[in-house]
Amino acid sequence: MTPMVDLAFLLVTFFMLTTKFAPEEAVVVDTPSSTSELRLPESNVITISVDKDKRVFFGMDDAKPKLAMLSRVGAKYGVSFSAAQAKTFSNLSSFGVPVQQLPDFLSRDNEQRKTIKQPGIPADSLNNQFIDWVVEAQAASRTAFGKPAYIAIKGDGLADVPTVKKVIKLLQEKNINRFNLITDLETKPVAGK
Amino acid sequence: MAEIQQQDKGGGKGGKKRAKKMSTKIDMTPMVDLAFLLLTFFMLTTTFAKPTVMQMTMPVKPKPDDPPQELPASNAFTIIMDENNKIYYYEGLLKEGEAKPELMPTSYAADGIRKVLLERKRRDPKTVVLIKAADKSNYKNMVDILDEMNITDQKKYALVDISKADEDLIKTSGK
Repeated sequence: MTPMVDLAFLLVTFFMLTTKFAPEEAVVVDTPSSTSELRLPESNVITISVDKDKRVFFGMDDAKPKLAMLSRVGAKYGVSFSAAQAKTFSNLSSFGVPVQQLPDFLSRDNEQRKTIKQPGIPADSLNNQFIDWVVEAQAASRTAFGKPAYIAIKGDGLADVPTVKKVIKLLQEKNINRFNLITDLETKPVAGK
Repeated sequence: MAEIQQQDKGGGKGGKKRAKKMSTKIDMTPMVDLAFLLLTFFMLTTTFAKPTVMQMTMPVKPKPDDPPQELPASNAFTIIMDENNKIYYYEGLLKEGEAKPELMPTSYAADGIRKVLLERKRRDPKTVVLIKAADKSNYKNMVDILDEMNITDQKKYALVDISKADEDLIKTSGK
């Protein structure tokens, strides 16, 4: 039995070290399924979530460009963040509050933050903060990694098409024509049968 | 099994009580159980952690002085997604002053739109599929249709805004 136990522990150690726990999401998004087998890359991903209440959330996975992005968007809207707020921000997987409310949102503690209903990032023509986040995120990841981030759209199955289309249109206006829709895996049917 | 050899320190003054020799074999079963439990847990969580993605490439924004591309009506195939998971298709284009194409209802099931698309593709490999999602349809419908494009291996397809004429066509057809 000893060799088997050794092996079991070896595997346990391996999986424990390699597993990255999914960070807590700000919003529950139930993605539709598709037969695509492409996997989301490990890093340098911008996730745009659209939930069924037409709210848009923005998330980025790498802490370093995230902080650069935060200070640049903050500067653009005249909002400044303390070091503690910036640190909290780098730990958030995604957020959906307008930048003006962001400092207050970040200074609350974790439990409180969960109870706040986030209104989503404004993405209409009068107050388009969403595209600023995307543009600054792209710029920040270009300086950090030398290439723009991978953009993934995570829409809820019940999200409405106009919101998703609006997001796509905004990205196209910034010449971002290649993006990815996050889906669940579904088995592939045999075509032609 | 792991055993620890205990050496007798046979010294002292012939001590009064010699500790009773206990077996050093430990029952490892619970530990092994736990190990396997953890193993299963981590194996399962790692495999399913990464979501899959569907790649989508939208056309580059046309420059203002580019001539618009004309799509011949014979190659056009339009899919319209409406509310309550309804789906319609028609062949050809909807043009002012021309005979209206016939709107056909279908479904998202395997023998619905997929069959139609495959049949159409066999007839005309140069088919361009226009996907029009009505404002009341949901995102799942959009993903389903894009997925059908991959399944039926369509070469050219585009997400297009739904026009007033399309909406009227649905209304007048009454299907």
